[in-house]
Amino acid sequence: MPQTLFEKVWNNHIVKPQTSETPAVLYIDLHLVHEVTSPQAFTEIRSRGLKVRRPDKTLGTMDHSTPTTPRNALGIIPVVDGEAIKQLDQFTKNCADFGIPMYALGTENQGIVHVIGPEQGLTQPGMTIVCGDSHTSTHGAFGALAFGIGTSEVGHVLATQTLMQYQPKTMAVRVDGSLAPGVVAKDIILAVIAKIGVGGGTGYVFEYMGEAIRSLTMEGRMTICNMSIEGGARAGMVAPDDTTFDYVAGRPYAPKGADWDKAVAQWRTLPTDDGATFDNEVVLSANDLIPMITYGTNPGMGMPIDGRVPDPDKMGDVNQKMAMDKALKYMGLQPNQPLLGQKIDVVFVGSCTNSRITDLRLAAEMIKGRKVADSVRMMVVPGSQQVKKQAEAEGLHEVFKAAGAEWREAGCSMCIAMNGDQLAPGQYAVSTSNRNFEGRQGKGGRTFLASPLTAVASAVNGVVTDPREMFVPEMA
Amino acid sequence: MKPINTVAGRIAPLPINDIDTDQIIPARYLKTTDKEGLGKAAFYDWRYDADGNPKPEFVLNKAEYQGAAVLIAGHNFGCGSSREHAPWALMGAGFTAVVSTYFADIFRNNALKNGLLPVIVDEETRQQLVSLAEEDPTTTVTIDLQSQTITLPDGRGVQFPIDPFSKYCLLNGVDQMGFLLNLEDDIHAFEEANSQRVKTTA
Ligand code: SF4
Repeated sequence: MPQTLFEKVWNNHIVKPQTSETPAVLYIDLHLVHEVTSPQAFTEIRSRGLKVRRPDKTLGTMDHSTPTTPRNALGIIPVVDGEAIKQLDQFTKNCADFGIPMYALGTENQGIVHVIGPEQGLTQPGMTIVCGDSHTSTHGAFGALAFGIGTSEVGHVLATQTLMQYQPKTMAVRVDGSLAPGVVAKDIILAVIAKIGVGGGTGYVFEYMGEAIRSLTMEGRMTICNMSIEGGARAGMVAPDDTTFDYVAGRPYAPKGADWDKAVAQWRTLPTDDGATFDNEVVLSANDLIPMITYGTNPGMGMPIDGRVPDPDKMGDVNQKMAMDKALKYMGLQPNQPLLGQKIDVVFVGSCTNSRITDLRLAAEMIKGRKVADSVRMMVVPGSQQVKKQAEAEGLHEVFKAAGAEWREAGCSMCIAMNGDQLAPGQYAVSTSNRNFEGRQGKGGRTFLASPLTAVASAVNGVVTDPREMFVPEMA
Repeated sequence: MKPINTVAGRIAPLPINDIDTDQIIPARYLKTTDKEGLGKAAFYDWRYDADGNPKPEFVLNKAEYQGAAVLIAGHNFGCGSSREHAPWALMGAGFTAVVSTYFADIFRNNALKNGLLPVIVDEETRQQLVSLAEEDPTTTVTIDLQSQTITLPDGRGVQFPIDPFSKYCLLNGVDQMGFLLNLEDDIHAFEEANSQRVKTTA
């Protein structure tokens, strides 16, 4: 029977099939852990006297609660928050006690968990990958089945390398056509979420397909898969192809020599078979897309950048009207107002959505020879130490600094506001991250989610700006 | 985990759609290595102003809703971040069940593993519960897990779905890790039959 990409990966990992009484038991090829969602799982393992079953299939990194402030004279990134220090120390001990390799703060491979997996070549097609983090969906860009889990489940995987799961439904997300200059992967996914809503993908795994997805770089595909969870889907996948293989080849953990050829031959069998069916489908045309931006307090509240903020009074559904009223009040916006020209205070380029080298190249190319508006604080936060190193080798940091932007150490930074990087109450930010929830970037802070190009254009003008008004780099 | 059979208690209305886990517990409270003590952080930014004073208009700050055990929410409760601190915080704040038309997948999984019941009802029932809670804060409901029924004050029973495995674990106070630990032979056999994909310790 013809199978989808998802079904193939799922079926390849079944330790025990689903029954009417019990969920399926799935084997996990790679388990990524970070300091924030793992401590209670390690406590559980210890209290039961268990070992981590496969430390050799587990990798730790520090990212969420770590500062991104400059290194001191000793080359160390100082952590000043007492609670964060305690949590990071506990994480170091947990990884050491159980034999789990871990990238400590400031070391050469450290970074955001969803940046380092692909970067190290640990993320490969056909794998199952989990992490106590909802943006684990990012790794699906390689044709892996990757999803976020809770801390209890982190404990399950630590102890048994398996997870109990009911088989989700599948949704094809097809993006036909091609993107116009100035429109990028981030705009595609913001448009998908605006269309289906934040709950639209609940219970599904997405497979992104179509010409526009095929022509994206791996970084672009990661940006898209990353935000699958913002549409309610735990996982999003893209069928592996030559773009995928070229990206993986030669990375530290990628197969080598004859193993590589064998692996690629197997990966070529993964794409969805002709005639395989999905439980649901969404279709979008890339030709029609222009830069997208969010105006509200969830990622589904997005619109084309030249649009107007919706009017709650025009909403038929009373729940929707209430949600919109609440969102606009929080955001300090009026119904029917445009966002173009809206004054902003901060621009954040970073997060597991848009902090990879191609994102930074794009942002640098756009800001070159321009200046960040005096009224704006712009932060550029590379996703990993490796991205930082690469960007510095290319001189991108100098471009950002010359424009008046801050060039920071790697980490989650202002995406999550639990590490010192945050908005002040009432401030507006254009952010390349993935969540615009109330307080996500700091209590009382207001977030407009957008692409790196829109972020840079807005930083330069000090107001929300359509990047197409400025020179748009070729590579976009 | 304690077995759960019946949950009975007063209801509190929070009829907002798409309540994300960042609202249930803001990220800055995740710098803990414990599960305990998170109740005070539940809905912190909705509950307290910038100076840390309770906002009197927020429903869970009102005297009449103190001690409520069942939260009546809008649809898609628990979307966003995978943080299991969300159910820990809700339970720490005294809730034993949340009622919605549907829950985000990861939140629902997390809740079930901790004995916080995600009760899925139709929109009409949800609205009825919201009205009841708003009109009379002393309203109580009973949730019976065995029969998968939530009983309203007028005696009407509404069935809700729950997967049989979670139900079994909750009714018997069994935690799910034990089930997996018993599968050692199957896991070992799987590993023998499939080559290792990546070796992080290499
Ligand atoms: S960058 Fe943001 S979304 Fe990504 S892992 Fe870090 S906190 Fe989560």
